[in-house]
Amino acid sequence: MKELTETEIKKIAYNCRKATYLIEKQQIGKITLREKLELKIHLTGCAICVTFMRQSAVINQMARKLVNADSNTLKLDEKFKERMQKRINSRLNKN
Amino acid sequence: MLQKDPEFDTIDKNAIDPHSWVNKYADYLFSYAVFRINDQEQAQDLVQETFLAALERQEKFEGRSSEKTWLTAILKNKIVDVYRSRSSGLSKEIIQADIERSDEDFFDQNDGHWNDQHRPAKLGIETSDALENKEFERILKACMDKLPALWLSVFSMKHIDEETTELICSELKISSSNFWVIIHRAKVNLRSCLQKNWI
Repeated sequence: MKELTETEIKKIAYNCRKATYLIEKQQIGKITLREKLELKIHLTGCAICVTFMRQSAVINQMARKLVNADSNTLKLDEKFKERMQKRINSRLNKN
Repeated sequence: MLQKDPEFDTIDKNAIDPHSWVNKYADYLFSYAVFRINDQEQAQDLVQETFLAALERQEKFEGRSSEKTWLTAILKNKIVDVYRSRSSGLSKEIIQADIERSDEDFFDQNDGHWNDQHRPAKLGIETSDALENKEFERILKACMDKLPALWLSVFSMKHIDEETTELICSELKISSSNFWVIIHRAKVNLRSCLQKNWI
């Protein structure tokens, strides 16, 4: 029984796929107490996944900023806009 | 002396004026759509459909939100329709194959350890100082555009629009376990793409 637990811990300690999955899940949802413990064990021994975790959070913030920044506003084609305005006007006149 | 009353301005904004829509909001709505569906032509059509749908529903506009918020909400629904039609075109097998293929690349199949070329290295973006970096932003955008369409939809809905997991799963008709797998793979993929193009 004890041996099994040790193997389990070993598995967790080396499994970066599982750890990064839990990191992502924790950021936006809930993970169980057991999962929290597993993640903690993993991160204590794995600097690479700690780096992943930090970068992951920055990516989320950056993505939000990228999409919402006024400086990133794209311009819609002027001719398309003109045609669109005409369509709107003609609908308005019908009413 | 005439002073502009800011309060008055706000009230003014909550009135509806379709004649000024294109001028005021077309670029904004267009950008909003392009960032979320990554298709300029389709985004253009969605903007037009949004204005036309808004015209039909003018009387339902209650002035509680601004015109801009109201139009954005209409567009948002249309974007989800696009997401839905994109994901309904995918069979379960394709979704699964996308997921498995990426998995093999990133992690060792036996022990789940990082494969060499995807192992996270410090990039100098681990703190929020990186948020000011325009080059980083440009690369991230390019990397987002390379994600499979369904992954980009899930990523945008969750991380940018902060929708609930339940809503995303029901709108895109994916199981919650697939949702979490996609959230994970999308991030691992984005991060790896950033690293590859940053150095």
